Amino acid sequence: MVGVPSRHKSLALLASVIFVQVLLLAYQIKRDSEGRLIRVWSVSAISPFERAGTYGIGSVRGTWGHYFALQNASRENEDLRHENDRLKLEVTQLQSRVAEAGRLAALLNFRESHQQVPMLGARVIAASADSASRTIYLDRGERDGVQKNMGVITPDGIVGKVIETFSNTAQVLLLTDKDSGVGAMLAESRIQSPVGGTGEPRLEMKYVATDDKVEVGERVVTSGMDRIFPRDLPVGTVAEVKPGNPFKMIRVQPAANLERLEEVIVLTTMQPLILKHDATETSTAADSKSTNKPAAEQPAIDKPKSPAANQ
Amino acid sequence: MNETYDLRTAESHIEVHKFHAGAILGTLVIIFFLQAFVPVYFHRLAILDLPLLVTIYFGLSRRNPSSGLLLGMAIGLLQDSLSGPIVPLGLYGIAKTVIGYLASSIGARLDTEHPAARFSLTIVFFGIHQGILVLERRILLAQPEVWFTMHLGIAALINAVVGVLLFTLLDRLRKPS
Repeated sequence: MVGVPSRHKSLALLASVIFVQVLLLAYQIKRDSEGRLIRVWSVSAISPFERAGTYGIGSVRGTWGHYFALQNASRENEDLRHENDRLKLEVTQLQSRVAEAGRLAALLNFRESHQQVPMLGARVIAASADSASRTIYLDRGERDGVQKNMGVITPDGIVGKVIETFSNTAQVLLLTDKDSGVGAMLAESRIQSPVGGTGEPRLEMKYVATDDKVEVGERVVTSGMDRIFPRDLPVGTVAEVKPGNPFKMIRVQPAANLERLEEVIVLTTMQPLILKHDATETSTAADSKSTNKPAAEQPAIDKPKSPAANQ
Repeated sequence: MNETYDLRTAESHIEVHKFHAGAILGTLVIIFFLQAFVPVYFHRLAILDLPLLVTIYFGLSRRNPSSGLLLGMAIGLLQDSLSGPIVPLGLYGIAKTVIGYLASSIGARLDTEHPAARFSLTIVFFGIHQGILVLERRILLAQPEVWFTMHLGIAALINAVVGVLLFTLLDRLRKPS
């Protein structure tokens, strides 16, 4: 009996493995499926290491950055160094905590100034395994109330939106990813246009007509039209404007430092949001028509009415 | 392991390397942990494709096309699944399957132990990997994708340099012959 040469066997295996994966791709595209079960297994296997690494590296980095660097600088005074080492270590730990407290205080201040918006603090524990896409993983998941399509921000500006959730982890598509986008407008002229990622550090404002006047340095804020982010959150600053036909080519520098994210805020609501000053405007208009209630006491989150209520 | 035996007899100057059972699994866990974790703190290191380097290394070392392509498939699918819903399952799976097959086929014919050979092969495989990804995105996903940018050229060089260092490190996991 003539056996099949091993080269042909491996070629046949290669062809069948590729064929199966092409079918898998086609199935996902046709059914809009995301192979969630496999993703859940993979993320569950890797995320504990990432979570542990995040907390581990935080303490190591604090110690390395402050303690050992100082240790090298103080060689000249050997005797005093030994005496002061213990105190330095304590200072180092305190500095690390102060730095963290500073960041958390910024988050807290932001949270307090936007009390009407339900939000949740989260730590970044990992980036994407794919170098072409811009995603991060957070240490909060479904158990904390995080759901798909929730907005993610920092006090500096918007970050992106949740695209996948797991029990203890959530994946966020950063604004810089080329598949990302947000409803935005120019803060001064109030010209509305979506802002999207390009896969590079800068964003692109896509549909601003050539006739519209746009200045470099102008602020870009959210328009609220995407129903994910409240209006007037910082998106970025216009960094470059080039003429184009029919639309200008506008590059936007993101307001949040998307390349160095450690703590973020998840907007834990799927309902359209407006910030307090929007609510004030709305309620003022409503006051003039029907009620004498002060604007500050108006409900801050604009909840959509049920179909029954609309009828 | 007839395949391995055939290789040894036909081309006795090329050695087939074996690894401890847990070495490959442990390497994969560490590599995927690093791939996802390091860019959080060192953003520029996102340019590295560690799963690709590992696929190339084990392909070149084990020199068995069947196990090379299966390992490539597993690594690629794991990378797909960790990259989230924007990357469909199979995108990297197909690319790394082909790379695993090619690396182990070439490894069975050429001596790939020299750093210069490893450097050159890593650049070639990086290019093929990128080419397959572009083809998949254009043909299967109907997404516009450029063939080459300067960024990709730099990425190929950096990955090749890191690959040579990583391969030397991974050589220590080989079973003594």
